[in-house]
Amino acid sequence: MAVEEGASTSSGNTVMCLLTNPEGEPLGAPLYLPQNVGPPQLQEIVNKLLNNDEKLPYAFYISDQELVVQLESYLAQKKVSVEKVLRIVYQPQAVFRIRPVNRCSATIAGHTEAVLSVSFSPDGKHLASGSGDTTVRLWDLNTQTPLFTCTGHKNWVLFIAWSPDGKHLVSGSKSGELLLWDPQTGKQLGGPLTGHKKWITAISWEPVHLQAPSRRFVSASKDGDARIWDTSLKKCVISLTGHTLAVTCVKWGGDGHIYTGSQDCTIKVWETTQGKLIRELKGHGHWVNSLALSTEYVLRTGAYDHTGKTFSSPEEMKEAALARYKKMRGNAPERLVSGSDDFTMFLWEPALSKHHKARLTGHQQLVNHVYFSPDGQWLASASFDKSVKLWNGITGTFIATFRGHVGPVYQISWSADSRLLLSGSKDSTLKVWDIRTHKLKEDLPGHADEVFSVDWSPDGEKVASGGKDRVLKLWMN
Amino acid sequence: MAQGDYIQLHEKRYGKRLDHDERQRKRKAREVKKRSRVAQQALGLKGKRIAKQNYREKVQMKKTIAMHEESSTRRKIDDNVHDGAMPAYLLDRDPTTRAKVLSNTIKQKRKEKAGKWDVPLPKVRPVAEEEMFKVIRTGKRKTKQWKRMVTKVSFVGPSFTRKPPKYERFIRPTGLRFSKAHVTHPELKCTFNLDIIGVKKNPNGQMYTSLGVVTKGTVIEVNVSELGLVTPAGKVVWGKYAQVTNNPENDGCINAVLLV
Repeated sequence: MAVEEGASTSSGNTVMCLLTNPEGEPLGAPLYLPQNVGPPQLQEIVNKLLNNDEKLPYAFYISDQELVVQLESYLAQKKVSVEKVLRIVYQPQAVFRIRPVNRCSATIAGHTEAVLSVSFSPDGKHLASGSGDTTVRLWDLNTQTPLFTCTGHKNWVLFIAWSPDGKHLVSGSKSGELLLWDPQTGKQLGGPLTGHKKWITAISWEPVHLQAPSRRFVSASKDGDARIWDTSLKKCVISLTGHTLAVTCVKWGGDGHIYTGSQDCTIKVWETTQGKLIRELKGHGHWVNSLALSTEYVLRTGAYDHTGKTFSSPEEMKEAALARYKKMRGNAPERLVSGSDDFTMFLWEPALSKHHKARLTGHQQLVNHVYFSPDGQWLASASFDKSVKLWNGITGTFIATFRGHVGPVYQISWSADSRLLLSGSKDSTLKVWDIRTHKLKEDLPGHADEVFSVDWSPDGEKVASGGKDRVLKLWMN
Repeated sequence: MAQGDYIQLHEKRYGKRLDHDERQRKRKAREVKKRSRVAQQALGLKGKRIAKQNYREKVQMKKTIAMHEESSTRRKIDDNVHDGAMPAYLLDRDPTTRAKVLSNTIKQKRKEKAGKWDVPLPKVRPVAEEEMFKVIRTGKRKTKQWKRMVTKVSFVGPSFTRKPPKYERFIRPTGLRFSKAHVTHPELKCTFNLDIIGVKKNPNGQMYTSLGVVTKGTVIEVNVSELGLVTPAGKVVWGKYAQVTNNPENDGCINAVLLV
């Protein structure tokens, strides 16, 4: 390699390095690299070895710690022996960089009761929020004012979910009914979808690479079953029963399986054509609170990415979504992480086996929310012990704890480039954490009461948060 | 023939009147008015009786109507929109208010400072020194009376060694030494045989605490590691206080209730 030869003549000391990808496969043979090589030179080497057309940014890690200085200083610091082969793991980083939000650009009132959930549409152009005053409101992001108020629910709106093609919005309420909305007009599409006997806890749409335009979604309820609904038929097509207690979370995986986590301490994997149970994942000692899939962000945003391209036909969207999903997944099977009331989390590969791959302990209170980063490399968990913990998304090893909140942390959200993490807590603040330095990046106070729900828009421009003080806050850079 | 039966006799012989049914119908229609007039004008006990009867009938009628109006399809019980909206992940959880948590922590701190504990037996019968100790006479002429033998149960600990017998003032007989206690958990209502770690406080006096005398009402520390309790911080609890509930010298065992 030209770079290598040129550098080796200037400095005497060299060290043997082996570049491996995050899954552990080595890239080429071990190389003798001079010690004044730093991350920029390593980046060039990796780009060349991978034959990339454009220079993609990479981050380098030696035994889970990021390499930011030249190899010389790293070796001196860590006193690593030069005789052994040094394994350097390279991780592709997002090409775009999201700036951290640091100011509240708008406080929009409108809801007359606590805001229970906020969600951006997959293309980042629309924002919807559901509240305890039984309405769903759509907000205009350009003028930062209310756009539509959608009434129709009989009780609190507990959960809202955008379809991955951005054409439908579904909301579930405390009375167990689901309503479909058209985000362009704010009107209800058809009548309420009834069937559940108790409140709705979670909703998840079918990925757009499996079916475009989006037709089906699955809803989980306290009455213990999950139902698959078809929006064009406007009825429940399959009912997934089996859990003995409330189903707390449901996710529709990219390979077509549905994962449901429940208060009866089990996670069930279902297939979607007939609604049969494939696998049951046991192991938790208490309620399963939250599930996260490694490909979740890609499934949520569908075909849209940071380039902001719009699609004219559903087939085009399906192809683009499929390409994004394949790239995200690679060759590895989908990983699932479940967070529970027994203070631990389990890492599963549900397609392969019903035994967990790793058990993630360390939290001192129940784990409320787990979320994979958009590139699947990291996993963040929010717990009632006032901390947010960062874990390796592939192996499940613990990396860092983010302390700073003074109340239980309720929800977390990642920025689209996986470099920043946002957390909202009962102490009414939001905090932005930097993944590279493992430190607090921004503190966003301003809410008057508990923050129930946070969301970072997929284009990275805005953050929306809502809570008990009934206002919706938009944060920008 | 009875004297009042002539109407029936006539009906039997000649049949009913031609307008009999019409008249019956009209009389029945007038019944309602008559009933109402009577109910309004009746006074005294009779009026009260009629009113009570009417009320009873009204209630019965209302109940039957409500029963008929009940639809066969079951509807959800709770249809009202309540205050205090919470997201789904908080719905099944117990919402302790912030104020309550703060006041609880302050109260806890105050109690610890004062050294007062909330014990199941706040008052116990005081034990006199004559009852607690038996005077031992020693010496060649058995005139010296400075030694005392403890007549109650005591706890000495695993690494206990007696003082040299010549200088020992308090004798704790081995027959009255116990190392285990039967500790009952007040909520679970089950009893465990746990090791005693030490005597924390004897209500009869600080001297008895230092001697390790265990009487009714004594607070002892027991080893609860086999119960598997964990603190909120994640550490394992291995010692907890319990209060003795029986007179161990009479029963031959120490029964205690755990202070949770």
